[in-house]
Amino acid sequence: MSEDTGLSRRRFLAVATSATAAVGAVFVATPFVASWKPSARARALGAPIEVDISKLEEGALMKVTWRGKPVSILKRSPAMLERMEASDVELRDPDSEVEQQPGYARNEFRAIKPEVLVIVSSCTHLGCVPTSRFEVAPADLGPDWVGGFFCPCHGSKFDLSGRVFAGVPAPTNLVVPPYRYADENTLVIGEDTEVAA
Amino acid sequence: MSSVTESGGSGLLAWIDARFPLSKMMREHATEYYAGKNFNFWYVFGVLAMVVLIIQLITGIFLTMNYKPAAADAFASVEYIMRDVEWGWLIRYMHSTGASAFFIVVYLHMFRGMLYGSYKKPRELLWLIGMLIYLALMAEGFFGYLLPWGQMSYWGAQVIISLFGALPVVGDPLVEWIRGDYNISDITLNRFFALHVIAVPLALVMLVVMHILALHETGSNNPDGIEIKENKGADGIPVDGIAFHPYYTAKDLVAIILFLMAFSAVVFFAPEMGGYFLEHANFEPANMLKTPEHIAPVWYFTPFYAILRAVPNKLGGVILMGGAIFVLFLLPWIDRSKVKSIRYRGWGFKAPLAVFAVSFVALGVLGTLPAEGVYTTLARIFSFLYFGFFLYLFIYTGSEKGKPVPERLTYHG
Repeated sequence: MSEDTGLSRRRFLAVATSATAAVGAVFVATPFVASWKPSARARALGAPIEVDISKLEEGALMKVTWRGKPVSILKRSPAMLERMEASDVELRDPDSEVEQQPGYARNEFRAIKPEVLVIVSSCTHLGCVPTSRFEVAPADLGPDWVGGFFCPCHGSKFDLSGRVFAGVPAPTNLVVPPYRYADENTLVIGEDTEVAA
Repeated sequence: MSSVTESGGSGLLAWIDARFPLSKMMREHATEYYAGKNFNFWYVFGVLAMVVLIIQLITGIFLTMNYKPAAADAFASVEYIMRDVEWGWLIRYMHSTGASAFFIVVYLHMFRGMLYGSYKKPRELLWLIGMLIYLALMAEGFFGYLLPWGQMSYWGAQVIISLFGALPVVGDPLVEWIRGDYNISDITLNRFFALHVIAVPLALVMLVVMHILALHETGSNNPDGIEIKENKGADGIPVDGIAFHPYYTAKDLVAIILFLMAFSAVVFFAPEMGGYFLEHANFEPANMLKTPEHIAPVWYFTPFYAILRAVPNKLGGVILMGGAIFVLFLLPWIDRSKVKSIRYRGWGFKAPLAVFAVSFVALGVLGTLPAEGVYTTLARIFSFLYFGFFLYLFIYTGSEKGKPVPERLTYHG
């Protein structure tokens, strides 16, 4: 027997075995980690929904759930739109530059039809549901308030298009979900409007 | 009985000892584990934490026998436990009170460590394991709070999970992965149940075992902050040490009895603790369309919640809140003073430590109040003091001159 006990060879084999085992561990971990993703059933339940808005009156808001989140549909009156345009409240992202809406809703009123606002009622701060405060200049929100959404959790304020005020905790505008009009009075929430090329 | 043991005896114990180190473990961890003879009342909270852990494990197991981890059934099953299950109300109140009691004794246990420098060399790892226990405990409290599926369960979880959404790039997919759905749902509840009843408790128990093993390796610190092992008698036993059993087990028994009296008083007469242990909004089933007017986490999270809200930026708030917990991990390296115990440190340490303690409590109170006006300003001031303490400590202890530390343990204080 020689003095050489093959130490470097043993070390190499140990490292190679450990590395192989580590790769194996990653493979084994994959199904467990992936099992936490939304399941097929959860995805199926997250399918698009149809909403009939024929009975929605001007100035009224209806709530539906899509993917377990409250989606608000607000039929804005011409007066509401005018008040919003005239308001000089400072907004953080007045032109909707942050992608919180599909391309076809990136316009002045963040909607396909200006009077119908479709919005996910989930505050972009920490997910509370903002309350509807459509009255003008109420005592608690100040004289500049022309109607909008107010989050009771941490005081974030949004205008009637879901645009966030400057200086509140919420970082971005409320999300406009993908939606399209199946016909004049039927919304499909969860499906994109095909943009004519 | 023919088995021969290390002591050469016979009988049942000898039979076991030849096959399992029972007597050896008893000696190493109890009858011949020597701790400083001058422990004061601050040294009971570790044992009390163990008592609460056992209460939580036992009551928890019995709660799972009637609780249903499904969104449609969860709230009703808790009411069923409260109204219909024999003694179910008692088991549940013990569990809910136990959660708060756990944090009370753990916060006091941690503060003891700060008073007497128990995190310093050679006990850094002991402190780190302890911090991991604290993290596991927070996770356990958080997962458990969703289970009753009340309004505060739901919206509290919503807010906390949303915190991860503040992380750039990975934020949104990560939040979806944690929930397993597009919003908090039955799926989220079911997995939180699994984490709450098996994953985290298992980790907790293993960490507690490691914590005790690490403690028994270095030996306990004491209110004088000197190493009793450095002064051993001819028999090899520290002259200032007394055996954990029977001396400290007897002392701990007194503490345990007093603790259980207070615990029972809360369980029987004030299980809701005015909305601090069980929040009023949680007596309403979860409603995903309506957020309660005022959201506050349970009291043991409020100091960190106040820090989160003090920052007018989402990501900044999340980072600062995480930092408030993480900075505690670094304490053994932030406090560079060689003197361990507060008894032999000057006002340069005592006063800031008091400010830190007051800030922590003040943040806890502010976290339960709405984030408006003067409260926000106060939360910012106390957040500044909270972090300022660690910065100050690092700088100050670079040149801190303590008082002379005695050779032997003392009995004052």
